[in-house]
Amino acid sequence: MNLTLKVWRQKNGQSAGHFDTYPARDVIEDMSFLEMLDVVNEDLIAAGKDPIAFDSDCREGICGMCSLVINGVPHGGHRGTATCQLHMRHFKDGETITIEPWRAEAFPIIKDVAVNRAAFDRIMQAGGFISVNTGGTPDGNAIPISKAVADKSMDAAACIGCGACVAACKNASAMLFVAAKVSQLNLLPQGEPEKHRRALAMVTQMDKEGFGSCTVTGSCEAVCPKEISLSFIAKLNRDYGIGALLGK
Amino acid sequence: MALESNIPSGPLAQKWDKHKFDIKLVNPANKRKFDVIVVGSGLAGASAAATLGELGYKVKCFCYQDSPRRAHSIAAQGGINAAKNYQNDGDSVHRLFYDTIKGGDFRAREANVYRLAQVSVNIIDQCVAQGVPFAREYGGLLSNRSFGGAQVSRTFYARGQTGQQLLLGAYSALCRQIGMGTVKMYPRTEMLDVVVIDGHAKGIIVRDLVSGEISSHAADAVVLATGGYGNVFFLSTNAKGCNATAIWRAYKKGAYLANPCYTQIHPTCIPVSGEHQSKLTLMSESLRNDGRVWVPKKKEDCDKAPGSIAEDDRDYYLERKYPSYGNLAPRDISSRAAKEACDQGRGVGPGKLGVYLDFADAIKRLGLNVIRERYGNLFDMYEKITGENAYQVPMRIYPAVHYTMGGTWVDYNLMSTLPGLFVLGEANFSDHGANRLGASALMQGLADGYFVLPYTIGNYFASSKQAKPSSSHAEFKRAEEEVRKFTQRLLSIKGKRTPTSLHRELGKLLWEKCGMGRNAAGLKEALKRIPELREEFWKTVNVTGEAMEFNQALEYAGRVADFMEFGELMCLDALDRNESCGGHFREEFQTPDGEAARNDEKYAYVAAWEFRGQNQAPVMHKETLEYTEVHMSTRSYK
Amino acid sequence: MNIIAYLFKSSLGKKYIMAVTGCCLFLFVVGHMVGNLQVFLGPEAINRYGHFLQSNPELIWPARLGLLTMVALHIWSAARLSVENRAARPVAYQTYKPMGSSYASRTMLMGGLIIATFIIYHLLHFTFQVQAINFTGQNFVDFTDAEKRHDIFKMIVTGFRNPLVSGFYLLSMSLLCLHLSHGVSSMFQSIGWKNDTYRPIIDKGACLVAGVIFLGYSSIPVAILLGFGKDVVK
Repeated sequence: MNLTLKVWRQKNGQSAGHFDTYPARDVIEDMSFLEMLDVVNEDLIAAGKDPIAFDSDCREGICGMCSLVINGVPHGGHRGTATCQLHMRHFKDGETITIEPWRAEAFPIIKDVAVNRAAFDRIMQAGGFISVNTGGTPDGNAIPISKAVADKSMDAAACIGCGACVAACKNASAMLFVAAKVSQLNLLPQGEPEKHRRALAMVTQMDKEGFGSCTVTGSCEAVCPKEISLSFIAKLNRDYGIGALLGK
Repeated sequence: MALESNIPSGPLAQKWDKHKFDIKLVNPANKRKFDVIVVGSGLAGASAAATLGELGYKVKCFCYQDSPRRAHSIAAQGGINAAKNYQNDGDSVHRLFYDTIKGGDFRAREANVYRLAQVSVNIIDQCVAQGVPFAREYGGLLSNRSFGGAQVSRTFYARGQTGQQLLLGAYSALCRQIGMGTVKMYPRTEMLDVVVIDGHAKGIIVRDLVSGEISSHAADAVVLATGGYGNVFFLSTNAKGCNATAIWRAYKKGAYLANPCYTQIHPTCIPVSGEHQSKLTLMSESLRNDGRVWVPKKKEDCDKAPGSIAEDDRDYYLERKYPSYGNLAPRDISSRAAKEACDQGRGVGPGKLGVYLDFADAIKRLGLNVIRERYGNLFDMYEKITGENAYQVPMRIYPAVHYTMGGTWVDYNLMSTLPGLFVLGEANFSDHGANRLGASALMQGLADGYFVLPYTIGNYFASSKQAKPSSSHAEFKRAEEEVRKFTQRLLSIKGKRTPTSLHRELGKLLWEKCGMGRNAAGLKEALKRIPELREEFWKTVNVTGEAMEFNQALEYAGRVADFMEFGELMCLDALDRNESCGGHFREEFQTPDGEAARNDEKYAYVAAWEFRGQNQAPVMHKETLEYTEVHMSTRSYK
Repeated sequence: MNIIAYLFKSSLGKKYIMAVTGCCLFLFVVGHMVGNLQVFLGPEAINRYGHFLQSNPELIWPARLGLLTMVALHIWSAARLSVENRAARPVAYQTYKPMGSSYASRTMLMGGLIIATFIIYHLLHFTFQVQAINFTGQNFVDFTDAEKRHDIFKMIVTGFRNPLVSGFYLLSMSLLCLHLSHGVSSMFQSIGWKNDTYRPIIDKGACLVAGVIFLGYSSIPVAILLGFGKDVVK
């Protein structure tokens, strides 16, 4: 099939961007979206043009590096699918596809559709951990953890930190990301001692980074490639509230 | 230089404890005077950087990804082994040690493997304490699954995302240290050279991938945890960015490379769908616990729908050939068996390069819900990629390059032949011999980073008494200049071919000549062709853009340039090893029934290659492998 | 950071304020509706109720001031959050398809502003009884019943017999209903009283409650337009 791509091009963080249009010819439906872009880039290089800069690494939906807004939806809008696992069989011959970067004040553009997500790392550095050093830890079976709790924690821990939640949210809020991380640790007995401190510290950093707030629209949950539940945000709100009100 | 493996004396089981007592310590107050550079932020790199930071060293950690959390350890699915014996099924440190040595086809260093098995139990405790949500039983205790190459259940897992969860655990520990200021993180930064002063590694040259700026970083020791070189094959299950640049450039500065021919081909990957393919996707080996591997008995059945092929017309070849391990036969054996079936023309799917992995029996036996619970995410992934529903039709799988056992040669302390340069995880050669068992990569990465290097690096500091390095040293300026020249050279060619097309050609050549099966004639052909291809690369490559900007083409071209050299050493090593062992299968050396024929008399050694200069033949050094506690038996899984 | 900063400076704190004030306003909306529905019991009931409220200033003024504070805080937090949210995405998408979000959730601010305008009108209309804006030519202050109480029944009927006034009222009630259908469930989310078990119940319950409130409020002008109480006016 043949497609037309309308892609955001921006030389670097300082310059202004614009859309350019490129043809994508002889696209095969077994190609992944990124493989389609690889082919377009090969053509661009052959034509002496600058290839489109986009982030990707593992290309199996787990590293969270890929980050494209495809036709107005982060990762293209197929349930539980990251851009790298989106395949061309979902597109129609002759279609025009708009490709934009994650757009948020906290995610400055590096080039074209590649953005800087260091803000997520800084939120993690503020409290996204359990304070234990290497060594001297009790036996893995010393604290029994019910299967339900372990599973719930794992549901939250599945977050790949791609930032699609921010990109989809009309407020560019990072609440789903922060909630997933806080919930994973706060649900477990190991994370209990510093759970309020964690919630307060991570939310404070989140605000500092310039993310918006949660209006509970649910679009983050809808685009999340790991289908992280919106309910974790309620858990974060609870832990934050109790921490703030009780001065923990 | 002679290879000093520095294995401590004494009985195997006491070596590590004895060594920990014998090695010199650095006073806590003095630790902050030592700078350590860690390159790579996967399981080994992140765990090492975090632990060194906790101990009080001043650490700088570098990664090419936009965040340390994205290192490719994250993609490991199945699990992590540990000799906890929670299942009371006869596991022990000794059994894990033995399984690993045997799985590695008796080409690993005994003392290292024993230490690995010993610290495996601490890893689980550490990860649980960090909040890694391992799978649990209803009673609240940790759950285990079995894995290829073992007859006990010792694999801990977090759904099909164990690597992700372990990495996020190590990443969280790293984040904590970054927040506390003991570790400084440099994401989107690529190491391009090691700087050697007075025979010791004293720093690195890096390129800031966003600005293009090249800068020097000095330290008292350099730790490489930069992963494997599987991408030399172009198509592999590695991430697109995985590369051999760090270990290759260290090799050129004096760190020998060991056993580069040992590459692991993983049996359960999604088959290639066409020329456009940019990478291969692994389906966790754990699928083989419940899936049955088969191909049609008759060639003419290959195009039929799998459901229409009668039970009697199916060849469950792993169960037939290896009755005691069946579908759980080790990776190298399963991969070769699949290749054999496809070579006989009995492959299925496009290009006839695939075999079935069938869950129909398991679904009948356990019910759809149990299978969904165990492998749901893998089935979903399979459907996304192929568009097929594996609950209804069998999966199609084919082997793909997955892991590289070879790597920088290191001694018992994980130090390379370049003093002050330590190498961890997949980047080193140490623990897996000629073949790695499933769920052991995560174990090794974390063992090296959490529990081995933090001890041994102190010994280096306390005993080597090196002068404090400075990045203003002339050697740094010289190395920076070399890197700039290399970059300029890549950008100035502006030829006709893209780095991708050249890389793909190299990969294809290596996959054919130095892949699942190798022979002397093919290897010689490759050894002739690679230098030609390399020359073509340096004449015709077209690298767009400029040096001082975010330039993905330039990053990639530099990595391909190194693969062009690396591939040659790999073939050289494969040609030298006139035996079949583990992931290295030389077609000339097989038993009458097609199994690998090892030659312990002549080849029970580690081949460590020394760089002698551009366009000069490397020199091979041998580290003889001695086994005191195990008997070198023929590896049989029948 | 102290508690004031955690509540008034952070985004989550402001969401708390929004949720708690929203909760109070919601309770008022329910109470007010129940009070208003007494109109269907006839002039005696509603006039007595009105008289009771107005003759107890020590009750009604604290309540009014409290409500005013709630409204002020609700609007303040909405305004602050909205400014921050706009700043969080300085460059808009060219194509933006909101997935998985309801219309109500995306129109909280606009809906809220229209409701605020309505409240001002509604206060001028029935509380301050400004003659100029009731479009009937009559002064509601002059309406008294046989017992010399303010004739609220007559005021309501007279006021709502104007189709324009009723129309605006109905429009505002539908917006309030939309606002509450999202707001009530969000309130539980923001305070943290939600999990996967209760979430579907709360989300559906919020829509149901919003619908009931809409029916309750709009039944009055609709009934009046259909002729309810026309004898009193004549």
